[in-house]
Amino acid sequence: MNPRAPVRTALKLLAMTAAMFGFGYALVPLYDVICDITGLNGKTGRIEQAAAEAQGPDTSRSVTVRFVTSVNAGGAWRFEPAVPSMTVHPGGVYQAVFVAENTRPRAVVGQAVPSVVPREGSLYFKKTECFCFTRQPFAAGERRELPVRFVVDRRLPEHIDTLVLSYTFFDVTPDEGSS
Amino acid sequence: MSSTTADLLHDDHHDKPRGLKRWLFTTNHKDIGTLYLWFSLVMFFIGGTMALIIRTELFQPGLQLVDPQFFNSMTTMHALIMIFGAVMPAFVGLANWMIPMMIGAPDMALPRLNNWSFWILPFAFALLLSTLFMPGGAPAAGWTMYAPLVLQTGDAFPFLIFSIHLMGVSSVMGAINVIATILNMRAPGMTLMRMPLFVWTWLITAFLLIAVIPVLAGAVTMLLTDKYAGTAFFNPAGGGDPVLYQHIFWFFGHPEVYILILPAFGVMSQIIPTFARKPLFGYASMVYASCAIAFLSFIVWAHHMFTVGMPLSGELFFMLATMMIAVPTGVKVFNWVATMWRGSMTFETPMLFAVAFVILFTIGGFSGLMLAITPADFQYHDTYFVVAHFHYVLVPGAIFGIIAGVYYWLPKWTGRRYSEFWGKVHFWLSFVFLNVTFFPMHFVGLAGMPRRIPDYALQFAEFNMVSSIGAFGFGLAQLVFLGVVVHAVWFSKEKADAKVWEGAHGLEWTVPSPAPYHTFSTPPDPRLMTTEAHS
Repeated sequence: MNPRAPVRTALKLLAMTAAMFGFGYALVPLYDVICDITGLNGKTGRIEQAAAEAQGPDTSRSVTVRFVTSVNAGGAWRFEPAVPSMTVHPGGVYQAVFVAENTRPRAVVGQAVPSVVPREGSLYFKKTECFCFTRQPFAAGERRELPVRFVVDRRLPEHIDTLVLSYTFFDVTPDEGSS
Repeated sequence: MSSTTADLLHDDHHDKPRGLKRWLFTTNHKDIGTLYLWFSLVMFFIGGTMALIIRTELFQPGLQLVDPQFFNSMTTMHALIMIFGAVMPAFVGLANWMIPMMIGAPDMALPRLNNWSFWILPFAFALLLSTLFMPGGAPAAGWTMYAPLVLQTGDAFPFLIFSIHLMGVSSVMGAINVIATILNMRAPGMTLMRMPLFVWTWLITAFLLIAVIPVLAGAVTMLLTDKYAGTAFFNPAGGGDPVLYQHIFWFFGHPEVYILILPAFGVMSQIIPTFARKPLFGYASMVYASCAIAFLSFIVWAHHMFTVGMPLSGELFFMLATMMIAVPTGVKVFNWVATMWRGSMTFETPMLFAVAFVILFTIGGFSGLMLAITPADFQYHDTYFVVAHFHYVLVPGAIFGIIAGVYYWLPKWTGRRYSEFWGKVHFWLSFVFLNVTFFPMHFVGLAGMPRRIPDYALQFAEFNMVSSIGAFGFGLAQLVFLGVVVHAVWFSKEKADAKVWEGAHGLEWTVPSPAPYHTFSTPPDPRLMTTEAHS
């Protein structure tokens, strides 16, 4: 046996170890891709205003969109939809309004994270504008309306007649740290 | 290998240092194996003490002994210490002692790396155990360290992460050494398909380690940066997802359970032929079955997280892939039973543990199949049924595998016979109390008792009391084991001959007992490989 052979084997195995460490990190974007393809986690898509309006509403169909809100542990908002649900036509651009009130006596920053069920339907729920696209600063005690403009894609499968859009507000105030 | 190369690697003529320095600086595979095994035994008792604290709290319903936070620290630390401190180092210890002697090599391929991979461990576990005394207490979020809960750990958090890193470095270095040894250091004539199965299962285990320990290291590093560096891998507010952590963790975690059991399969495949006095039935199928199990272990991870909300197609895939593992595992169990069939069996202590292994591990395998059924898993998830399942595969599986191996090879290591009487006492106490401890957990689990909670509903009281009594019995039985080992190492008067067991085959039995400090400095006669192969 060549006395260097074990060292060569060890170096190859070390390279494998490094590659697998990298693979662990590669699972992060891979997971996002899989979620995008399958609609897993109800992640919603984004669409340009022009592209959304180009679809035109399909008035022969109606879909109910229900709104659900929650505040993550550590946050202190009163956070509600202005209306509990809307009936929309696929392909039409609609605006929904949520109302958030900071109940803390100091300024906070919030980040809303959306999710849509059923999973299959989330692929067809697209937003042109959303308060969830950016962080939302609130002054102490501030109450504000938060709009979201969305379109339900005309290709939404026939058997889906209801979508639930949920927002969770997270406290991301700097130095406070999020939950 | 020529004798000159052997001399180059190992100078037989130097005096080995004595006392502490011998153990600190040793590069001898037998010394390092011994260190690993003693370390593992110490960790086994520390982890066992934690288990007894858990069982004492659960002896009766209500909160009486410890506060819930500390209770959860105990479940977390018990698991981490038993998995990374007791079972894995014990197998590395057995590998160090036996692999070079089984393949006719003078030592491990990378002796200095070997020294290092052992000596990292005491530091890793000193870090981990020191968290018990920190503000905020020891980690209490479960050994799986799920985000976001684990991010609420107090000052202990970075110590937890760094100790996991160190354990990982140690395991990976050990694995690299095992592979480098097996691929490069086999004596002439020791072809791959003549290797004893313990060597085979360790070769596969080592590849699993290299594939998944770095993924765990990545996962815990992400936790660390999420907490301190403002990344948001698992934080939805920053675009991350806590479920992603579970995927990454179990991508490591499932192969990890085979890391904990494959070497035990190897030990069984050495012991059963010896005491059945028949060659192992289906050697080649054993090798292929081990490879199949290792491969399948990479594509079943999500069965640990059926309840997170997964597409039906995903649930079906992971359910069916999981059930497929029963096929190669069934092949192995069949082969062990077929080896015993019409053999001239005797029941010395290692064989008692081996037979118990085959029976009890199979029970654990069956409850695993029940858990694999996705719709049923929704009821079993996070209940004591899961606890019963993995203790049936880990205690009579991994732990009995290690203990059986220790009894089997102890006379080779020490040159003295252990007390067969006390070995059998140890076995019967362990066997009875193990079932008293873990069998009732199936029932309370099916009835809905959740894991990791220090209190429970009144209807679970009787079975929990039985489990706690069993746990103390099992714990005390391990003191008998300690006594047997101490006696065999230092006090036994009964000398062992080279072969030790009448039916033993393999190169390790051709060297004297105790095995000299250096064995196979010149390679063994290639003719031995054919006569001694496939013991």
